[in-house]
Amino acid sequence: MSSSKARKPSGLFRNLSAKIASVPMVLTALVVFVGGTAWTVVYSFTSSKLLPKLNFVGLDQYERLWSTRRWLISIENLAIYGFFSMIFTLLIGFTLAALLDRKIRGENVFRTIFLYPFALSFVVTGLAWQWILNPDLGVQNVVRSMGWESFAFNPLNDPDIVIYGILIAGLWQGTGLIMVIMLAGLRGIDEDIWKAARVDGIGTIKTYVRVIIPMMRPVFVTALVLIASGIIKIYDLVVAQTNGGPGIASEVPAKYVINYMFRAQNLAQGFAASTMMLVSVIIILIPWAYLEFGGKKRG
Amino acid sequence: MADVITPRGPKPRRRFSRTNIMLYGTLIVVAAYYALPLYVMIVTSLKGMPEIRIGNIFSPPVEITYQPWVKAWAEACTGINCEGLSRGFWNSVKILIPSVILSIAIASVNGYALANWKFKGSEVFFTILIVGAFIPYQVMLYPLVIILRELGLYGNVWGLVLVHTVFGMPILTLLFRNYFTSVPEELFKAARVDGAGFWGIYFRIMLPMSLPIFVVAIILQVTGIWNDFLFGVIYTKPADYPMTVQLNNIVNSVQGIKEYNVNMAATLLTGLVPLIIYFASGKLFVRGIAAGAVKG
Repeated sequence: MSSSKARKPSGLFRNLSAKIASVPMVLTALVVFVGGTAWTVVYSFTSSKLLPKLNFVGLDQYERLWSTRRWLISIENLAIYGFFSMIFTLLIGFTLAALLDRKIRGENVFRTIFLYPFALSFVVTGLAWQWILNPDLGVQNVVRSMGWESFAFNPLNDPDIVIYGILIAGLWQGTGLIMVIMLAGLRGIDEDIWKAARVDGIGTIKTYVRVIIPMMRPVFVTALVLIASGIIKIYDLVVAQTNGGPGIASEVPAKYVINYMFRAQNLAQGFAASTMMLVSVIIILIPWAYLEFGGKKRG
Repeated sequence: MADVITPRGPKPRRRFSRTNIMLYGTLIVVAAYYALPLYVMIVTSLKGMPEIRIGNIFSPPVEITYQPWVKAWAEACTGINCEGLSRGFWNSVKILIPSVILSIAIASVNGYALANWKFKGSEVFFTILIVGAFIPYQVMLYPLVIILRELGLYGNVWGLVLVHTVFGMPILTLLFRNYFTSVPEELFKAARVDGAGFWGIYFRIMLPMSLPIFVVAIILQVTGIWNDFLFGVIYTKPADYPMTVQLNNIVNSVQGIKEYNVNMAATLLTGLVPLIIYFASGKLFVRGIAAGAVKG
């Protein structure tokens, strides 16, 4: 007993190889994720312009942020894009998954077609849809040349609806992923549930709404978190498809941040905007973490 | 009671029942919609500009030309530079290979340490890593600029490799940790009894056993890094821009007449690598994104 105790290396050196091997992980977690985030938040209270300097100005940057039209438009766009993106991605993703789950032929072919856009980058997606929505040669032109002369569908050049043009592209790219997740969820549901519903004479759609969807709550929550974190990050799609235009009508927060940090050389303004992005993520994540992990402990 | 059970009710009609027509009809229409952009890109890239100007974007090319592809690859201009997308392609390859190797090497060792060699605090670091995956990149962009500058790697391909390694770490570590946790512990204990250490077990037992998960990780990283735009534009200089950034610069350049056929050829060229991986890997791709989806 005592000899084995004596031979045990001291705490710090136990598992030494494992600790050395984990140095990159520890550095990433502490220096980049914790340190970097804290650094940005602290410097968002300064007046840093070209270089980061610690001359605190309180909430000035935030006041300026919330009185800048460009930021307000960015937030409005994000809200519209986020709202519709969440609803339609869930709706389309679940519907497609449910259709594919009806034991159909060629399931693999359909799934492959619905999911391929997800393999493409946002830049490719944005440029493809920029071309399809081209007012002179794209869809609008095709419909007009078929005889409907007054047909107008030119979202990318109309400040009022440009964000919906981006939404079309975003949905095309992202719904396949949610479909796959939903399909995995549907496959996890016991076949007996369906049999029981059939015995009770409950219709297919009613079974989905009343029984299956409530059972898939965790899958829906995962999908929502995934969609939400994707929405907040939206950047390259906008850069490729409209570059924020026409004017500043399709600006988004991530683009605002990059612009102030790396183009306009107004660092602290960029830091304040990125801190606001962080705050919005926290607002989404905390209720989710509470529901997911807090709920389990009680249950 | 023990009568022979005979089928009752009308015989179910299999093929052309109303629900089936609706089901397949909906699926085919939706599939056509999803396939349409790829189709439009392909036909546009094979037409000449005169045909594009008078024609319909959905109509197949009357006269097929490969000139747009040649031009996109070798002659398209970004600013004063007219080497085409080939340069961006090779830049992306130069970024991709070390990033994939380094990120997977580090993350697999992390996952292995977290699964089999837990130490005090290891779970804490892992939790920070997973929570960190949800932090918007914008919050960490500038601190990373400072770190890279201190290391002398800012604006350099290796700096970008490091960035990809850092931001790929949460999801890859999770992937490997979950996989190694599912390996039977007896195997690990037996190797320990035989005197194998941390690296011995990793290289001789874990690595050979986990090739499928490495393939999943490679698929995840190759598509993710190839498709990256944000890090490429921030952490490299124009000469080292990856393909996505160069593509955007070519297509959205304000100078000159828009050559839509060249633009679409360039767009397709950029999308080709992830598309090939997607169509070739099939179920493994799905497995990769499913693993990526279920964080924590």
